Amino acid sequence: MSKAGITVATADPPAPAVRRLPRRRGIELALIVLAVLLSVYGYCAVGLAQHGALPPGAAGYGAGLGVLALLAHLAVRLRAPHADPLLLPIGVLLNGLGLVLIYRLDLETPGDRAAPAQLIWSSLGVTLFILVVLLLRDHRVLQRYTYVCVVTALVLLTVPILFPAVNGARIWIRIAGFSIQPGEFAKVLLAAFFAAYLAANRNALAYTGRRIWKLQLPTGRVLGPIVAVWLVSVGVLVLERDLGTSLLFFGLFVVLLYVATGRTGWIAVGLLLAALGAVAVGRLEPHVHSRIETWLHPFASIEAGEGPNQLAQSLFAFAEGGMLGTGLGLGHSVLIGFAVKSDFILATAGEELGLAGLSAIFLLYGLLVERGYRAGLALREPFGRLLAVGLSSLVALQVFVIAGGVTGLIPLTGMAMPFLAQGGSSVVTNWAIVALLVRVSDSARRQGDGQGTR
Amino acid sequence: MTRHIRHAGLFCALLLVALLLNAARVQVVQAPEYDRHPANRRPDIARYEEPRGDILVGGRPVTGSKDTREHLRYERTYTDGPLYAPVTGFSSQLYGTTLLEKAEDGILSGTDPMLAPFPLWNDFTRARNSGGDVVTTLDPAAQRAAYKGLAGLKGAVAALEPSTGRILALVSRPSYDPQPLSGNGSAAAEAWKRLNADRDRPMLNRAARQTYPPGSAFKVVTAAAALDAGVVRDLDAPTDSPDPYSLPGTRTRLTNASRGCRDASLREAFTLSCNTVFAKLGVEVGGTDMTATAHAFGFNNPALRIPFPVARSTFDTSLDRAQLGLSSIGQYNTRATPLQMAMVAAAVANGGQVREPYLVERTTRPSGSTLATSGSRAVRQAMHPSTAVRLRALMREVVDNGTGRRAAIRGAKVGGKTGTAQHGLANSGMPYAWFISWAQGDRDLAPRVAVAVVVEDAESERRDISGGGDAAPIARAVMEAVLAHAK
Repeated sequence: MSKAGITVATADPPAPAVRRLPRRRGIELALIVLAVLLSVYGYCAVGLAQHGALPPGAAGYGAGLGVLALLAHLAVRLRAPHADPLLLPIGVLLNGLGLVLIYRLDLETPGDRAAPAQLIWSSLGVTLFILVVLLLRDHRVLQRYTYVCVVTALVLLTVPILFPAVNGARIWIRIAGFSIQPGEFAKVLLAAFFAAYLAANRNALAYTGRRIWKLQLPTGRVLGPIVAVWLVSVGVLVLERDLGTSLLFFGLFVVLLYVATGRTGWIAVGLLLAALGAVAVGRLEPHVHSRIETWLHPFASIEAGEGPNQLAQSLFAFAEGGMLGTGLGLGHSVLIGFAVKSDFILATAGEELGLAGLSAIFLLYGLLVERGYRAGLALREPFGRLLAVGLSSLVALQVFVIAGGVTGLIPLTGMAMPFLAQGGSSVVTNWAIVALLVRVSDSARRQGDGQGTR
Repeated sequence: MTRHIRHAGLFCALLLVALLLNAARVQVVQAPEYDRHPANRRPDIARYEEPRGDILVGGRPVTGSKDTREHLRYERTYTDGPLYAPVTGFSSQLYGTTLLEKAEDGILSGTDPMLAPFPLWNDFTRARNSGGDVVTTLDPAAQRAAYKGLAGLKGAVAALEPSTGRILALVSRPSYDPQPLSGNGSAAAEAWKRLNADRDRPMLNRAARQTYPPGSAFKVVTAAAALDAGVVRDLDAPTDSPDPYSLPGTRTRLTNASRGCRDASLREAFTLSCNTVFAKLGVEVGGTDMTATAHAFGFNNPALRIPFPVARSTFDTSLDRAQLGLSSIGQYNTRATPLQMAMVAAAVANGGQVREPYLVERTTRPSGSTLATSGSRAVRQAMHPSTAVRLRALMREVVDNGTGRRAAIRGAKVGGKTGTAQHGLANSGMPYAWFISWAQGDRDLAPRVAVAVVVEDAESERRDISGGGDAAPIARAVMEAVLAHAK
C-alpha cells in the first residue's frame, strides 16, 4: 500500500506536497469491525458446539472487544493518522481469536478459568497501546533512553531469579495472585537498545578496528557493551532455564547486527558460535537434552509405556484437524494437559480450525511482520529502521520458535504464541510492539508524504 | 541497509514457508498415521461420546448406557448382567468387547456405514451416527428357567427353535456381571483381575465356547448314522451284540451301566443307553459314514457364527476301529458344545434338517426402523426324514420309560437322551451329565423347542451325577417355559 502511495507521489512531480498519501483510516475501521465480528462468531461457534446454545456472554464479549478496538482506533486516528492500517486489525483479530481459544479450553477445565484474566490483561495491553500511541509522539525519543532501556531490561531479566521456580523455570514473579513474566517486557526494551546502539555505532562496527585474515573485527570499545549485554542476557536466561527466550534474543541480535553492518562474515561466526553453544548445552544440560530427544522421537515415551507426552498429544491434535478442522469446540486438544492454553494453544487452533485456519493464522503473523519490515524500509533514519526490523523480527522469530516447536519442526522450547497464548505479560508486550510499529509506520508514511510534518 | 533489510525479510519469509510446509506435513501427509496411532485417544473418545445401542431380549433392552461426564463419556450398563452375560458379553473401555458386543459392535457403536444417512456423508461432515439396536431371538422365560435350573451348579444350557434355528436360551454358570468391567477406572481393573483369577472361570461361555465329551447323548448321532446306512433296518430286531464288547483289535472290554444290553434291539439299547451296542454299531457303520453324519449335524465346522464364533465341536476323522467304537459313544476325541448338542436334538425334531442357529433376529436404526434381518440361513439334511421319525420315537421312549423320565411334561410330547460322560485321566474326573431333548405341545404342529443341558461336576457324590438326575429337570423347565406361551 505504501509502495503504491510512493509511486503516486513520485509520478506527480509538479505538486508533491499537495498529493497526500492516503491515510486509509476508514479501511482500518472496517477491518477492525471485521476482526471483532470474526471473534464474536468464534465465541458463538464454541458455545453452539458445546451447549447447543449461544453463550450468555457473547454480546458482552463482543461489546468489550469492540470498545477496546475502537478506542485504540481513535487513538491512532488522533495521533498516528498515517499509520499502516493493517497493524491494529491484525492485533485485534489475533487477540480476539486467542480469547476464543482460551474460553473454549476453559470449558474443558471448569476448575481453572483463564479467559477472564486474559480479557483483563488484553484490556491492559490495549490501554498500553493507546498510551504509547498518545504519549510517544516520535519514536526517536526512545534513542535518548538507550541505557535506561538496557538497565531496565537486565533488571527485569534478573529479578525472577529471586522468586521460586514455577514448572522448572525461574521466569515468573507472583504478586497477589497475578504472575508476571518480566522477561517478556525485557524483549521490547532490549530490541530498542540494540536498535539505538547499533544505529549509533554501526559505522564504527563495520569499518574500524583490526582486520584478521578476511574478517574485519571492530574495536573492543564498540563491540564490548553489546556483546556484554548479550552474554548477560543469555547467561541469565540459561540460569533461569528459559531457552526459548535466549534463542529469541540471539536471533534478534544476529538479525540486527546483520542489518546494521551488512557483514555476512559476522553472521557466519555468530551461527557457528550458536551451533557450538547449542551442541554443548544439548550435551551438558539434561533438560535441553531431553527436549532434543523428544523432538527426534516424539513417540518414545509411548513405546516406553509412559503414555504419550505433550508433543505427541500435540501432533495427534494437529493430525485430527486435517484440512478443515473439527470445528470450534469439537476437538480434544485438552488431552495435551499442562500448558494447553499457553505454549500449546496452537494445537487447539490446528485441531479445530484445521490446516486452513492454521495457515490463515500463520499468514496473519506473516502480514504483521511484513508491515513492520515495510515501515522499516520506508523510513530513512537508521534507528527507526532498526527498531521496526527488530520488533518485527522478534514477532517472526517467536512465532517460528514456538509454532515450530509444537508442530515438531524444531525442538520444543516453552514460549508464548504472540497474542494467542494465555499469559498477561505476553499480551501486554505484544500490544506494546504493535503500538511501536504503528508509531514507526506513521513516521514512515508521513515522511513519504512530501515534507512529512504536521 | 535497505538491501540487508530485504535479506532479513526474506529470511522471515523462509521461516513462514517452513512453518506452512511443516503444518501441511503434520496435518495432511502424516495425519492418517497419527490418527491411527494406538496411543491417540480420540477414536476412543469418539466411540464413547454417545450412548451405545442396546441389545434387546423379548422386546426389552438388557443393556443401557450411563453418562459418566468423564472423558470417555458413556459407560455400558447391564440389567440382569449375569443372566445374559453369555449372550451380550461385555463392552469395556479398558478390555474391549466380547460376544454380541463384539460381533455387532459396528451397529452398537454407530460406526457401521449402513447407519449413515448417505454414502460418504459422515466422512465429509465428521459426523458419527448414534448406535443402532440389536434384537435377539432369546426367549426371556426360557433363559430365566435355564439360569434358575443351573443355580449352584457348573454347566450350560442351549435351547433352539428346531424349525428356524433361533436360539431361545443360552446360559452358562457360574456367570458374572459384565457391568463392573465397563469403565476405565481401577474398579474395572480389579474386577477384571478377580474374574480372570476365579478358578470357576465365570467369563467362559460354556454354552457356545466350551466343548465337552458328549457321552451317551452322542448315541443319537450314531443311531441316525446306523439307520441311514441301513446297518439297522428294524428298531426291534436284535443287533447281535455281545456284552461286554471287545473293541476291535484291542483287549479293551466295553461294559454297560445297566443290564439287558446283550443282543438288545436298537430300541432297547437306546432306552437303556447300551455302550456295547452303539460302539459296535459305530464300527459297523464305518468311519466314512459316521464322519459324514457327524459333519451333517454340524461337527467339525470351525466357521459357525451366531454371529459370534462358536467353538468347534469335533468328531475325529482319522480313527482305527477301536477309536471309532469309542467315538461313537461320545468318548475318545468326540467333543461338543451344548449348542451343538441342541442342534442334534433339533435335527431330530425338525425331520432331519439342521438349521444353522442364530442369535440376532434383526438390527435396527436408532429410530427403530429395521436395518437388517437375520435372513435365510443354511439348511443341511442330517438324516432321512424317515430316520428322524424313528429317532423321535426312540427319544420319546427314553422320556416315557427310560432314563429321562424327569423331563416328561404333561400335555406335551417330549423326546430326550441322557448322557454321562467320563473324562479326566483314567476317567477320574467328575463325569459330565448331559441331557438333550425336544418338546412338542399337544396342540403344536411341530416340536417347538430343542434343548441341550450339561452339568459339570456338581459338588455331589460321583454316582449321583447323571443326565437323567441333574440335567433332565433343567431341560424340562426350559421346555415348559417355551411351551407355556402360545405361539
